[in-house]
Amino acid sequence: MARKKKKVPEINASSMADISFLLLIFFLVTTTMDTDSGITRRLPPPIENPDMDVKVKERNILNVMINKYDKLMVNGKPSQVEDLKDITRDFITPKPNNETAPEVEMKEIELIGNFMTNKGVVSLKNDRGTSYQMYIAVQNELAKAFNELREEVSQQYFRTSYSNLTDKDKIDAVNKAVPVRISEAEPEEIK
Amino acid sequence: MAKFRKNEAKEVPAISTGSMPDIIFMLIFFFMVTTSMRETTMKVKIKLPEATEVQKLEKKSLVSFIYIGPPTNAKLYGTEARIQLNDSYARVDDIIPFIEQERLDRAEADRPLLTTSLKIDENVRMGLVTDVKQELRKCGAFRINYSVRKGE
Repeated sequence: MARKKKKVPEINASSMADISFLLLIFFLVTTTMDTDSGITRRLPPPIENPDMDVKVKERNILNVMINKYDKLMVNGKPSQVEDLKDITRDFITPKPNNETAPEVEMKEIELIGNFMTNKGVVSLKNDRGTSYQMYIAVQNELAKAFNELREEVSQQYFRTSYSNLTDKDKIDAVNKAVPVRISEAEPEEIK
Repeated sequence: MAKFRKNEAKEVPAISTGSMPDIIFMLIFFFMVTTSMRETTMKVKIKLPEATEVQKLEKKSLVSFIYIGPPTNAKLYGTEARIQLNDSYARVDDIIPFIEQERLDRAEADRPLLTTSLKIDENVRMGLVTDVKQELRKCGAFRINYSVRKGE
């Protein structure tokens, strides 16, 4: 006697789409696509003996101060945030034959060769009452100035935009040619 | 009769929806992969300041977050800016143990690469921010990132 084949009824798959839709909507709602971005900085290591001052020549310093009313002072003169980029840009551009501009130093950099680097340091000071918004605005302007110079170096030596550089050695070379030298003062009260 | 047949031929065949679940599944997988669930509930209100020169934070697993801003529940906690670590309010002194703990949670090789992302409300005064930065310096967490909104 031939065994009767038991027929398994076919599963109805028409609700599959509904189920997957439900899942899709769940993930659509819970997803957050925000990639975190921001201004990256390196903090200096703590000072071991506070009495030892590092002497930096005055021509090598760009003094940027923000007071508690969010007013800006650059090298002793009241200034606007909008102008800060150009001032910084001017300051960090190497000018070998200028006695008032920061000193320059010839450096041998891989992939670039001999490059004239600037020894200027931007010194940033802020009051405890300065708003974070203003502080970031200033940091942003400073970063803009450094990025512009890097862009220029990158165009000159590698014929591409700095942001398009993918080779790590090339990025390092540009970073060495234009180091971001922003020194933040030890906290103190400024009037 | 001839007329009738002509009409019949014009009928557009129904579009097969059989591949619909496949398409939806594909979308699901996309969202499943890109999704990241919020791990912490925000107890402080943060409106990030705007900036243009932003860099992307790579490797999310190597980032620890410090939130600073006015409490969301102003009636209960006032409007004074507070620090939030993980899920609770904290004081400046709690930052060093927090960073130590964050370090212990990572593999030993990754520890020097740990970045601290500071998510700070734009109206917070720098005094508090400076205190936090001093604490970070003390415990050797030198890599920081000021989180901002990307402006035009």
